[in-house]
Amino acid sequence: MTLGDQLSDRVKQVPPSGIRKFFELAEEVDDVISLGVGEPDFSAPWAARTAAIDSLERGKTSYTSNRGMRELREAISERVTRYGQEYDPEDEIIVTTGASEAVDLAFRAFVDPGDVVAIPQPSYISYTPGAIFAGGEPLPVPTRAEDEFKLTPEALEAAGADEADVLVLCYPNNPTGAVMTDDELADVASFVRDHDLVVLSDEIYSDLRYEDDHASIATHPGMRERTIVFNGFSKAYAMTGLRLGYAMGPPGAIDAMNKVHQYAMLSAPTTAQYAALEALRSCDDSVDEMRREYDRRRRFVLARFEEMGLDCFEAKGAFYVFPEAPDGDDEAFAEGLLEEQNVALVPGSVFGEGGEGHLRVSYATGMRELREAMDRIEAYVSG
Amino acid sequence: MDKQSLLDLLRHDARESVDDIARQLGADAEAVAAALEELEDDGVIRGYQAVVDWNNVDEEHVRAQVEVDVELDRETGYEEIARRIARFPEVATLRLVSGDYDFFIEVEGASMHAVSNFVSERIAPIPEVTKTVTHFVMDSYKEEGIELGDGDDDDRLSVSP
Ligand SMILES: Cc1ncc(COP(=O)(O)O)c(C=O)c1O
Repeated sequence: MTLGDQLSDRVKQVPPSGIRKFFELAEEVDDVISLGVGEPDFSAPWAARTAAIDSLERGKTSYTSNRGMRELREAISERVTRYGQEYDPEDEIIVTTGASEAVDLAFRAFVDPGDVVAIPQPSYISYTPGAIFAGGEPLPVPTRAEDEFKLTPEALEAAGADEADVLVLCYPNNPTGAVMTDDELADVASFVRDHDLVVLSDEIYSDLRYEDDHASIATHPGMRERTIVFNGFSKAYAMTGLRLGYAMGPPGAIDAMNKVHQYAMLSAPTTAQYAALEALRSCDDSVDEMRREYDRRRRFVLARFEEMGLDCFEAKGAFYVFPEAPDGDDEAFAEGLLEEQNVALVPGSVFGEGGEGHLRVSYATGMRELREAMDRIEAYVSG
Repeated sequence: MDKQSLLDLLRHDARESVDDIARQLGADAEAVAAALEELEDDGVIRGYQAVVDWNNVDEEHVRAQVEVDVELDRETGYEEIARRIARFPEVATLRLVSGDYDFFIEVEGASMHAVSNFVSERIAPIPEVTKTVTHFVMDSYKEEGIELGDGDDDDRLSVSP
């Protein structure tokens, strides 16, 4: 027997990650300027780092309660009121090892074998594999550049999502930078209620919106009871490596997720929980500062693309813009750019249907590199 | 044009082109140029300088921070003394401060000798000056918000989800 032959069908069903492939290509190139990075170029706010160190010095190295430190859940509960969300720290919030774990828990808690999981695309690359690992059947719901990659009831209808059991949402969006307003979410909410779907709403970029405030589908009438909201510390607080996120939802739902979590994870990293608590308490200014910096870069990149004649809708969230590849072939463009100009970005097709013909450009990179990268892209486009 | 954002940008990197500043602020280049001119005319922006890491310059360059105590009399105020001190080209920075002493001066020179000579021959003899304490700069780790040294490598994966 070799273990390679024993792989579960679920694992075999998931193809190797397209991001991974591109990462390997980029690693071959010297002096690469990368606009392919999906995490902040800042470090966690100083106060949060100090709180982590302090907790270690005080010997806080044991497990916490399964759902996370009570104080942290309270601080989260308090925090999300600014998005109009109200969740009881007692039984409606669970702290997880990154939003990634929270998403996985939700799939395992709500997806039965054969359940259809509607996933608007292009999308963050974890949802489809996550649904498959849980035995679900992913249903791609392509969104379109004409709609600025927002999800519409028409797109849901066209993809057959009325038959789905679960709908995944992610706004502000990775990879497109798209955001959705309350009105636009109201239309989706109405579709969801009509067809009785469960919604998994990944709102990890909620603090990185540049033109308006975050809007959550969970705050719409009749949605709270059918929605799990994910959020975390990775993006807004530049804490990716600390691995801390959370999920919020109605009590029974969080209980179910906690059932999986208590066996699979026990509790989220304790040191990171202390850092997160401090982040919530005292780091709003750092978040504002980072947001302002991202916004300047966003405008810069959008302006440069416009001047180069690259079609690019005005992305208003996260730290990505999603221009069209000039000749329509995103993979060829990305590979050519990497080879000739040493600039890495990610071809849109990696993110699923609707992503092809586009490029994910991350501006989580300092202005100096960004300027140089834009010059090189311009040279490549006109060359 | 939001002047504060413009100042933030310039304080970060004053060599950015007007076009790049305009792109980042979502303004047009003419508006940025006009705002810059206004800031200069109003005396808000007094100059644009390089932040030099003297560790990496071959020629010797000595800096000292000098604390200066003064005694005022009815005719002479801080302003007057300050004007006199500020005129010396060796004085790079001059501030009136609260606390144990009155003026903080940053003096630059080609050698320790030159700097200490300057303090003892030019500053100390000023009639109102009662005391000076000179601290030579041994090393510098951060100047004008910029950390000196090798900096941290970006250890993020070059391509990630
Ligand atoms: C949309 C989205 N959700 C979740 C994650 C993972 O977040 P975490 O670090 O909290 O696991 C990412 C990270 O790239 C993301 O882009």
